[in-house]
Amino acid sequence: MSVDPHFLLAIVLMGFATYGTRVSGYLLLRGVKIEGRMKAAMDAVPPAILTAVIAPAVFLNSWAEMIAGAITMAVALLRAPLLVTIATGVAAVVALRYVFM
Amino acid sequence: MRKDFLRGFGEVWPMLLAYAPIAALWGAVAAAQGFSPLEAVLMSAIVYSGTAQFVSIDLLKESTPLSLIVFAVATVGLRHVLMSASISRHIQRFPKAKASILMFWLTDEAWAILERRALHERLTPAYFFGASFPLWPNWVLFSGIGAVVGNQMGDGAAIGLDFAFAAMFIAVLAGFWKGPRTGAILAMSALAACLAKLYVPGAWYILIGGVAGMIAAVLLHSEQETA
Repeated sequence: MSVDPHFLLAIVLMGFATYGTRVSGYLLLRGVKIEGRMKAAMDAVPPAILTAVIAPAVFLNSWAEMIAGAITMAVALLRAPLLVTIATGVAAVVALRYVFM
Repeated sequence: MRKDFLRGFGEVWPMLLAYAPIAALWGAVAAAQGFSPLEAVLMSAIVYSGTAQFVSIDLLKESTPLSLIVFAVATVGLRHVLMSASISRHIQRFPKAKASILMFWLTDEAWAILERRALHERLTPAYFFGASFPLWPNWVLFSGIGAVVGNQMGDGAAIGLDFAFAAMFIAVLAGFWKGPRTGAILAMSALAACLAKLYVPGAWYILIGGVAGMIAAVLLHSEQETA
């Protein structure tokens, strides 16, 4: 089993790229006081990014994903534990895919 | 400290199950492209990003210029800049060096769990570590297994595991609901992300959707109520 030196260089640089994206937001905003419009924008990051990540998977697939997404949201809004919510979503998508196949 | 680590682990472990088949699939793809199991394991350990690894494995094989590969990895990772910026507000008390190291494990899943926790409680380094770190050895281990045995984990979609990630994000999302204004932000993000997914190649849809939601928030913001 061998590792090509070019490959090693490539993955180390790629690793820097991934780590760079993960640490940069912290380093940029560390100790910065955020208020006003900036605060409104930053407050919107978690819901906006969470939505953007899953929206295509939920809305651009089939009815199964859309309905399972709605069921998951309903269970989550009832303040069910995380694991229960995930399990319900997964079970719902399996059942609904079976129905819509 | 140990208690906080275990509480973090208690929330992340279902994701270990969901990610084992994805890691194994990636390992199998890497092996099929001619990479050795050791190379697959190293890449998972160092690059540590599912999206980046799936995107770059083809590029690596086609001997694409290194600068282009690194650029591709950085662009699919841009969403992490926003995640990192957002989480930075909850870890201001962490020592800088410790926080900077912990950021290595700030994957999408870990980030979502941390944001959920930060809604109600102060984050601690032990919790951060417990909620994020376990995903890493899991990802590396199953990449190696996938590279050695091929993808024997079966089709995760058949048992709905491909939806586990979306379900977790929806579960976390529910905690951020603060009335109609949140609805407007979500609608803008979802619309922009779906349009971008349909018409913009690559993984730009996450960043486009996220920024659209932030713009909606700024437009709806009125200075008077800033307290």
